[in-house]
Amino acid sequence: MTDAALRPAAQLDLPPLWERLKTNRDWLGFWFMLPAAAFLILFLAYPLGLGIWLSFTDARLGRPGEFVGIENYDFLSDDPTFWLTVFNTLLYTTVASTIKFAVGLYLALLLNEHLPLKAIIRAIVLIPFIVPTVLSAIAFWWLFDPQFSIISWSLIKLGLISHNIDFLGDPWNARWSVIFANIWRGVPFVAITLLAGLQTVSPSLYEAATIDGATPWQRFRYITYPLLTPIIAVVMTFSVLFTFTDFQLIWVMTRGGPVNATHLMATFSYQRAIMSGYLGEGSAIATAMIPFLLLAILVSWFGLQRRKWQQGEDND
Amino acid sequence: MTDALAKRASHPKRIFADTSVDHSEGMSYLESVPRRLVTLYLPLGLILLVLLFPFYWMALTAIKPDNQLLDLETYSPFWTWNPTLKHVEKLLFETDYPVWLWNTMLVAVCATALSIIASVLAAYAIVRLRYKGARWVGGAIFLAYLVPPSILFIPLSTVVYQYGLFDTPFALILTYPTILIPFSTWLLMGYFKTIPYELEECALIDGASRWQILVRIVLPLAVPGLISAFIFCFTLCWNEFIYALTFISSTQYKTVPVAIVTALVDGDIYRWGSLMAGAMIGSLPLVILYAFFVEHYVSAMTGAVKE
Repeated sequence: MTDAALRPAAQLDLPPLWERLKTNRDWLGFWFMLPAAAFLILFLAYPLGLGIWLSFTDARLGRPGEFVGIENYDFLSDDPTFWLTVFNTLLYTTVASTIKFAVGLYLALLLNEHLPLKAIIRAIVLIPFIVPTVLSAIAFWWLFDPQFSIISWSLIKLGLISHNIDFLGDPWNARWSVIFANIWRGVPFVAITLLAGLQTVSPSLYEAATIDGATPWQRFRYITYPLLTPIIAVVMTFSVLFTFTDFQLIWVMTRGGPVNATHLMATFSYQRAIMSGYLGEGSAIATAMIPFLLLAILVSWFGLQRRKWQQGEDND
Repeated sequence: MTDALAKRASHPKRIFADTSVDHSEGMSYLESVPRRLVTLYLPLGLILLVLLFPFYWMALTAIKPDNQLLDLETYSPFWTWNPTLKHVEKLLFETDYPVWLWNTMLVAVCATALSIIASVLAAYAIVRLRYKGARWVGGAIFLAYLVPPSILFIPLSTVVYQYGLFDTPFALILTYPTILIPFSTWLLMGYFKTIPYELEECALIDGASRWQILVRIVLPLAVPGLISAFIFCFTLCWNEFIYALTFISSTQYKTVPVAIVTALVDGDIYRWGSLMAGAMIGSLPLVILYAFFVEHYVSAMTGAVKE
């Protein structure tokens, strides 16, 4: 009896299904997330998993593969070219990121000074970042031409060298040349984002330090650097990630040559997977990049955590 | 520091003059002009020179006649007195360059539009609807931003093939949003957070639905954020290379960056003049867009990093 009396009342309280789908917060959230989630699941999460699966198969272009366990990784670990590309990638990432950070920070400090035409100079600095990488890489290709390089020509005219430099034909020259092009392209990004961080540092801190007799180095070390650490961590994570997975610059300038000296893991996986058709092996190379990327993310994440802990902040 | 003070003390007149100086300059008045020349203008000038020289060289090569390009001795290589539009003309009328430009534009506009719509909805839901697990979804989207295309292109090429999109513009229009959505959602979340809650509460009391609030209140207030997201996404699309290289094989669907390195480089005779003209014309739309929206651009770049 009491049950019967209660049941209709409970049903009355609940709005009809259609109404709930339109007003319930969780359902609304679901509808709003649907387009983005569809894209990210279909074209990001699914391929990411598929890539890891492919690396355990012997798939070829146009032929689904069968599970072969860790055979691809086994094969790669015996392949000296693979280890060469790992070495190249680490060298490329370490050298380019370090120099990008140093030059970028220096440029940011310079741009933070009081300058005439400040706004225009800042706008100009960012141009290398705006222009598509491939298009500026072609310009570098031409600048590094073995015969008609303007750099060689200028150095010869200055009497510094006697022959044209073979920028992209010699293994080590080629490595330094692509690293230079990468630095050239990455410095503006680092500089402008760090500049944005610098502008949030209150000038009164510097004034107080100056009154206390701090030298310019001390002002940088004990004011600028600690206040900038969080943004440095984020910027450098991005910079390391994008340098590590770089493809465009190498592909346009050297295609991995000479004798694989500039092959990065990304270009190497393209060569094995798309050009030679060994999808499984290519996926294994691409998957091998993931641990390195996770490491880079973790390092910067813990860098940030330490920072917050030192300043006694909660997580925001 | 101390010698700066000593210098000031030895020039009492300058101390007097300095007091009238606008203090918005900060402490730069403490430094003498020659000192600034060496520590500031010289390194800045050098860096700017290195950053801009490739563009100068690109532009110069694009307008130099062929014989001057390959003869560095008779003509000064840093300048030309007989500029020519021959390379540009050749590029526009003898190759498919206009088609490639159109493809790039089409793909960039469609992918950007799709991404912005999806991101606006997602960002609003995460920031303001705060459904169950919204925080986790926000974190997952940031992680998605960190997944680079270079580890996705192999499995994506098989996916694109399975869906029957291979070698059509849709392969690019539908895959680019995976790069753009995480970025622009993250950016827009930051913008939506700055819009006062009270406005939405008022509208809710007046009986507006969530959709009406989004369209009539939040979006008009977030226009700067939308512009930032739009330009940045557009630039990313224009810049994208590895997907376009892998998923497109017929020349008529190629985008400018891919077409330039695959179709324009014929054999061993590099057509440097046309190549450079192609690179320059391919960058111009972005540079012009950038010139108009510098502030939005910078705020997009720094905003995405800061959040």
